[in-house]
Amino acid sequence: MLGKDLLGMYETSAEDIVTILDTAVGMKKLLTQNLKKLPHLQGRTVTTLFYENSTRTRCSFELAAKYLGAGTVNISASSSSVQKGETLIDTGYTLDAMKNDVIVIRHPMGGAPHLLAKHVKASVINGGDGMNEHPTQALLDFYTMREKFGSFHGLKVAILGDIKHSRVAKSNLFGLKKLGAEVVLYSPATLMPQGIERLGAKVARSKQETLSGANVVMGLRIQLERMQGGLFPSLSEYNQFYGVQESDLAYADKDCIVMHPGPVNRGVELTSDVIDAGNSKITEQVLNGVAVRMAVLFLLVKNRQGGEVRE
Amino acid sequence: MAEHILMDSAAIGRTLTRLSHEIVEKEKGTDKICLIGIKRRGEIVARRIQALIEKFYGKQVPCAGIDIGLYRDDLVSVFFVPDAQANELGFSVDGKNVVLCDDVLHTGRSVRAAIEAIFDLGRPAKISLLVLCDRGGKEMPISPDFVGKNVPTSAKEFIDVRLREIEGEDSLGITGKTEE
Amino acid sequence: MNKRILRGGTLVMPQGCKKGDVLIENGKIAAIGDAVAADGAEVIDVSGLHVFPGLIDMHVHLREPGFEYKEDIASGSAAAVRGGFTQICCMPNTDPVCDNAAVVGYIVSRAKEVGLCKVRPIGAITAGEEGQQLAEIGKMQKAGAVAISDDGKPVMNSRVMRLAMEYASDFNMLCLSHCEDKNLVDGGVVNEGYNSTLAGLKGISRAAEEIMVARDIILAETLGTRIHICHVSTKGAVQLIREAKARGVRVTAETCPHYFTLTDDAVVSFDANTKVNPPLREAEDVAAIKQGLKDGTLDCIVTDHAPHHADEKNVEYNLAAFGISGIETSFALSYTNLVKSGILTLSRLAEKMSGAPARILGLSGGELKEGGVADITVADLSKEYTIDSKDFLSKGKNTPFTGTKVFGKIQYTIVDGQVKFSDVIK
Repeated sequence: MLGKDLLGMYETSAEDIVTILDTAVGMKKLLTQNLKKLPHLQGRTVTTLFYENSTRTRCSFELAAKYLGAGTVNISASSSSVQKGETLIDTGYTLDAMKNDVIVIRHPMGGAPHLLAKHVKASVINGGDGMNEHPTQALLDFYTMREKFGSFHGLKVAILGDIKHSRVAKSNLFGLKKLGAEVVLYSPATLMPQGIERLGAKVARSKQETLSGANVVMGLRIQLERMQGGLFPSLSEYNQFYGVQESDLAYADKDCIVMHPGPVNRGVELTSDVIDAGNSKITEQVLNGVAVRMAVLFLLVKNRQGGEVRE
Repeated sequence: MAEHILMDSAAIGRTLTRLSHEIVEKEKGTDKICLIGIKRRGEIVARRIQALIEKFYGKQVPCAGIDIGLYRDDLVSVFFVPDAQANELGFSVDGKNVVLCDDVLHTGRSVRAAIEAIFDLGRPAKISLLVLCDRGGKEMPISPDFVGKNVPTSAKEFIDVRLREIEGEDSLGITGKTEE
Repeated sequence: MNKRILRGGTLVMPQGCKKGDVLIENGKIAAIGDAVAADGAEVIDVSGLHVFPGLIDMHVHLREPGFEYKEDIASGSAAAVRGGFTQICCMPNTDPVCDNAAVVGYIVSRAKEVGLCKVRPIGAITAGEEGQQLAEIGKMQKAGAVAISDDGKPVMNSRVMRLAMEYASDFNMLCLSHCEDKNLVDGGVVNEGYNSTLAGLKGISRAAEEIMVARDIILAETLGTRIHICHVSTKGAVQLIREAKARGVRVTAETCPHYFTLTDDAVVSFDANTKVNPPLREAEDVAAIKQGLKDGTLDCIVTDHAPHHADEKNVEYNLAAFGISGIETSFALSYTNLVKSGILTLSRLAEKMSGAPARILGLSGGELKEGGVADITVADLSKEYTIDSKDFLSKGKNTPFTGTKVFGKIQYTIVDGQVKFSDVIK
């Protein structure tokens, strides 16, 4: 059963993933029907501790916390303060002393949430750590896939983009392998991490091989600084060889869906006609993100008080 | 443990007829009345009353069911998410004399939740309470205004209301009563 | 008392082990043999124990001057003798950098005051370890430096390295090369491979180490000078050194206990005590390091003792300092993982941890022989115990080995005939 923290899909069992997705179904219903807020986190505090800029993840967590009645506190620390300011452990002690129940941390360095979780009483949710994991993004992706396909077995998920630096790809890979899906990755060789096949991924050698029969086509955001760092020559070359254009979707399953963790660089990872097409789930993913984060907050807080779910 | 039938189909019919007359009598006509039943059995009771009032007085009073899932007082203590529906009555309760309907009154917690749910929808002039059966065991300062049958029970006894819309028959039974 | 006798121990000699006594007089080994007469000598009963030539660690960081909060010469020396070391060579990455005779002289005199083990400073190759201008190698040698190194940093500029090797050869000063191509490291913190991907930590390619090993071998071969490769960690580096030796290149090399005991599986826990440079590698590298020790490609075992303050490790993995505090676990890890597993004999372990470093740097000691300096380490090889950093005398408690069970406990460390450490009271 889900423990004190949600640190990554690597640490989370298939059973717990399904529990989170099942709980999120009820949450999504509450969101779409504009029902009253739930009272489960009333009197509790959820702090978002972000060492990296993020609009959508932070906003999503904050809304999720508010729909459950929690008070929210947002702490923005610039990346540079990681090096100079208070240590992460000391920040954790401070937040604990203020009686936080949940800390959502985003950090540019892998393992930072794990370090924090070891030193605080509050539940820690990994909101993205360096190149390591982004578990709630993966959960909302799983939710979106399950909503469309009902099951993960036999599902082919094609992920295209900067795999090497992508915590989203990693969390998706860890979780999808546990859930029984096939994961095919495609990127320039300079952006493909070593040993990824030993983690269960299939590395494709062409766009056609990647997309062939895919049920899910997922693009990953490419950071401009990767180009500046010399990892690929130009955005237009990237789009031509590694981005998804409408004609590429002909290789995929005819019922395929298109996903992207956002924000999208239009015309780079995906072209506009792909983003705006009927099978694009990119906007739906955002809504599902709030539902899934409500479910995670709900389940972690439930664990904190040791209550049992009825029925 | 054998069940003892307290009301059969005919008895329930007679009681609902009486209650519909009582409502119109007490509210001095049908003008301001609206019926709100607590889902799901209370809504059926309300619909029956609505039909009877229309039959006797020729006026269809507004009637709707209300979902109290999100208003339960044990959401946090039991820590669960109710499978609730949005409440859309189709009419306004503002200034109305709401007759809140349910099948059995026991602790009064459902009624408390329903009152909270109604106030999220508007501000009625008055809320009164109709129940088919008052089995006692109140935990809230709530008393019914219109009662089908008073059945004082112990905590070990169970009241079972069957309605033809759900179970295919109308009856009210009690089990677990001490053998005489 | 200037006369002592170690009675009844097993003596670890180059040709093998033999029972015998060691008589120490005036800081020298006066006699070795059976039932040596020792009138008036203090008798130290070492029956059941093994007597090694005093261990020599030619690669440690004592942090003084400048970083005394991590370690200082006193605490580092105490840790060294607890670890069985009679002689240690300290790297120059202090503050100020040990790139001149004054700092070398300070370290020498401070170590004498402390008076535990012999401390031999290593001078910097370049001023400030900045990789540009040669340091005053001759003056540092006169003040007591035994070798030169920019350890902690590579000399990235090949021309500067070439000049250093040529110039130092005039003084018969050996360059100890920290092999790391900084451009390839590019901010990496762990070995690049399966585990760096699993943990999402930036990887360091083996190529970063191997390219520099190859460069330094080529320079030594071209110039005909000596070169010593520090802390070898990869299979490829072992192979490069093996091939160079076969060609007759004057290359020597060292490795550290963590490179033949741990793989990078340890980093997945994000425990910053596993963060070390070069990084922990994979199983095939560990196997290659062991093979290199066995076939003589790797001449010696050093600790690269790198003590840090707890605050420098209790942070995000990326921010944590590189290094392992290793001087108190080196002998036990080496004995347990190399001798007990049949890779090295006790004699060859003594060679790797004493004989070879002495020979490479031209130091006294390194062998039990009559007339030789009485630097002696006595160990109990029979008892298993658990490593616990809380027991460390070093200020640096940064070890990934807490909880590891090992054999080989140092009982006596004798320097110039004086007992500087004894575990026997416990």
